[in-house]
Amino acid sequence: MTLTINGNQMDIPNTITNVQHLLSHFKLEQKSTVVELNNEIIEKSAHAEQALADGDRVEIVHFIGGG
Amino acid sequence: MLKIANYEFNSHLLLGTGKYADFRLQQQAVTASETEILTFAVRRMNIFEASQPNFLEMIDVDNYTLIPNTAGAKTAEEAVRIAKLAKASGLCDMIKVEIIGDQKTLLPDPFETLKTCEILLDEGFIVLPYISDDVVLAKRLQELGVHAIMPGASPIGSGQGLLNPMNLSFIIEQSTVPVIVDAGIGSPADAALAMELGASGVLLNTAVSDAQDPVKMALAMKLAIEAGRYGYEAGRISKKTYASASSPTEGMSTVEQG
Repeated sequence: MTLTINGNQMDIPNTITNVQHLLSHFKLEQKSTVVELNNEIIEKSAHAEQALADGDRVEIVHFIGGG
Repeated sequence: MLKIANYEFNSHLLLGTGKYADFRLQQQAVTASETEILTFAVRRMNIFEASQPNFLEMIDVDNYTLIPNTAGAKTAEEAVRIAKLAKASGLCDMIKVEIIGDQKTLLPDPFETLKTCEILLDEGFIVLPYISDDVVLAKRLQELGVHAIMPGASPIGSGQGLLNPMNLSFIIEQSTVPVIVDAGIGSPADAALAMELGASGVLLNTAVSDAQDPVKMALAMKLAIEAGRYGYEAGRISKKTYASASSPTEGMSTVEQG
């Protein structure tokens, strides 16, 4: 499956079928992140149910230093 | 006591978290400042470097109120999106609306800021707009229902201090919500002056992060803000043109001239 994650197109193993899997794949499950799928925010509680499809655009953001 | 919406703080210092050389030093500076409010930016994560440390992981987030900003946004649409992403973190319901309208001066866009505040207030955010020292804009935002007004003292990161204390005074005088002087603070004297004018708080970042000794500067800022606040509450004397003796003029012991 091909996803566009944070602006980069990448191939993802087909075992990854939902947002929670995706975060685990990149070892981000313990991180404080917010996920947006095709311009829609996916609440943490919905990560496991939110299916991913070929061509999806995923944004994974977090807090960094700022004023 | 600084009150923003339903939040109460003992400290009047809001500290930005950008630009520090290393996290340990930053941690010490944050502790020395005794701030209770930290600001953050929202950015894409580097997903290939999950092990990369993040300052949020180095502090006990329960001890601080986090205020994410919308920095990077140039339009209301972008700012609203960032605000929603920030809120979805579950770490905060406050947002600093920062929409830059000019890249050289980093001065905020008043029109997009107003529009953004209106949308975010409707969505139930606690909204703190960063604005220029525009008295009328401050009034208009207050009428919209923003929870604090954050006028800049001078351009972000410039360290030029309070370039127009009179406008800041006008904003403070008319305001029914806390006024937090944000951006441009260079020295403890600047922070103290902002508080002496009656500001409810000061938000600064570069003045501490880029100081030669950020930890000592954090302490200096804390003390300056406390001093300025006490000075404001105590009520300064008015300025006079001529001198007024502090020692009595009566009862002088003089040597009789014989």
